[in-house]
Amino acid sequence: MAAIELEGVAHHYGAEAGADPEWALDGLSHRFEDGTAVAVLGPSGCGKTTLLKVVSGLLQPTRGRVTIDGRDVTPLPPRERHITQVFQFPVVYDSMTVEGNLDFPLRNRGVPEAERRARVREVAELLDLTALLPRRARGLSASLRQTVSLARGLVRPDAAALLLDEPLTVIDPGRRWEIRQKLKRVHAESALTLVYVTHDQTEALTFADLVVVMDAGRILQVGTPRELFETPAHRFVGHFIGSPGMNLLPCHLEGRAAVVDDLRIPLGAAADRAAGSRGTLELGVRPEYLELRTDPAAETVPVRVQAVAELGDHRIVTALLAGRSLKVRVPDGATLPSERAHLHFPPERICLYREGKLVS
Amino acid sequence: MKRTENPRAWWLVLPVLAVVAFSALIPLMTVVNYSVQDIFGPGQRVFVGAEWFREILHDERLHSAFARQLGFTASVLSIELPLGVAIALAMPTRGAGVSACLVILALPLLIPWNVVGTIWQIFGRADIGLGGAFVHALGIDYNYAQNPADAWLTLLVMDVWHWTSLVALLAYAGLRAIPEAYYQAAQIDGAGAFGVFHHIQLPRLRGVLTIALLLRLMDSFVIYTEPFVLTGGGPGNATTFLSQYLARMAVGQFDLGPAAAFSLIYFLVILALCFVFFTVLTAGEER
Repeated sequence: MAAIELEGVAHHYGAEAGADPEWALDGLSHRFEDGTAVAVLGPSGCGKTTLLKVVSGLLQPTRGRVTIDGRDVTPLPPRERHITQVFQFPVVYDSMTVEGNLDFPLRNRGVPEAERRARVREVAELLDLTALLPRRARGLSASLRQTVSLARGLVRPDAAALLLDEPLTVIDPGRRWEIRQKLKRVHAESALTLVYVTHDQTEALTFADLVVVMDAGRILQVGTPRELFETPAHRFVGHFIGSPGMNLLPCHLEGRAAVVDDLRIPLGAAADRAAGSRGTLELGVRPEYLELRTDPAAETVPVRVQAVAELGDHRIVTALLAGRSLKVRVPDGATLPSERAHLHFPPERICLYREGKLVS
Repeated sequence: MKRTENPRAWWLVLPVLAVVAFSALIPLMTVVNYSVQDIFGPGQRVFVGAEWFREILHDERLHSAFARQLGFTASVLSIELPLGVAIALAMPTRGAGVSACLVILALPLLIPWNVVGTIWQIFGRADIGLGGAFVHALGIDYNYAQNPADAWLTLLVMDVWHWTSLVALLAYAGLRAIPEAYYQAAQIDGAGAFGVFHHIQLPRLRGVLTIALLLRLMDSFVIYTEPFVLTGGGPGNATTFLSQYLARMAVGQFDLGPAAAFSLIYFLVILALCFVFFTVLTAGEER
């Protein structure tokens, strides 16, 4: 029901503390399309939470503009934006019943009583809270508290977008799927725009249609989970996404091959894209695509197997290539070469990076 | 969890038991001993049973001292608690102002009781006291040594000045302990300043305010030094509170029997009041 657009939004907290400005958000622009579920993924301190606060109005950006459905809301306080937010730390008003909690945002907005009651019933039904409505909110378990605060976010009929700031962090792992299922159901039934901030890639990739990867206050890539996996636009994205992340090797280009120290690794289309570029590049390849072989072949390079980690259905092999360590994912059951082995780089799976950015 | 039993641990508790025995138990039992006997001198005593208790409970002057005491404590609590919370809410939350406010608030708490009494005794005098002279200059005939209402008012203002800081500091600590997310959620939910106070701050201050209330209740119920220094309980008996009356009876007239009976009743009254407040305020804390 709402598209949220950020235009050149920058923010630093230094102005209040009087310190050197350190940009928590460094001039980013992005459009959250109407009705989509978008995950914002990045390491701690990358500016994800600041981004959410700017959208919800808890924070005025130092620079830039926030529009919701074309309306400039940058100077508006949270209560005048049609946005709700759920926090990492479940906020529940302990002095009220669960019903009072759900009713609170409606009462504050002067919604007529009959409508309020109907709304509260409806949302409680959706999140399986009906039986708990008359109960005092004090003493609920963490996952129920988070469900109640989620319900408080959903109850407002005017809410067009729901922002979630790492909502599953304090929930014990066993219950996380429960809340995630509820969220998915809510999104399917409500057509709300969802923005879900997390540092957990599994959470982000399973939840969202589109993932925004951030680092140091900037957006590095926006894409579907598949795009992030196959063609990371930045070396950080390659490394951050995947477990383990992308292997990165410094190299330079010679014809249609990348040269790492003295070893030639043949390239596919990436070589054409990078043709003519001089200087140091980085070769990136995912552990999933590398093939470990016992015998040498035309396009393999020799490596030394250093360590093997058993991970149930697969193994992660650490291989040394000219002194640099690489991770290789080997399916369970495949025979492993002992110490000396040969590594095949599938040419079409190789990405080249210059100064951290994908060469395209 | 596995519990280990080690009888030798009792030896570690022994010193504390000894100290408590000497400082609390033995004096208390001495008081109990006095309260049931009439003592004329060493070796001359008569067991009188509940006689002193009966006499004390029918003492008119004690009744009026008790009423004064209740009035004073109620006034002190109903001013200091709301005022302390209001000050805590108005205090800055960051910057250099925080330290300045904390230091200023802590100052009255550092002053000994008898000095507080002396300060206000002089401050309130019309001839040499700044406060007294100022009130006089306004055309108000203020004299705490002659007018019971003025003496009362002076004591009340003195106690508020001395102890509101304690409530404010406790409330401030309580406010700072509220996670930022609560305020942010309230903003998102569209709550106004009153809503935030009523639904977030007040419920979360419950614990510290219970402590503040109990401390001020006990302290104001045994107030002694300040009225003693200011007017010695006068004018007349206007500011003679329970402890004042007790001291007069015990060390002024040496009526040890009635005084002992009285202090036991006094002790039980404070205990009962604290118990009632504590029970009411913490009811519903568990779910």
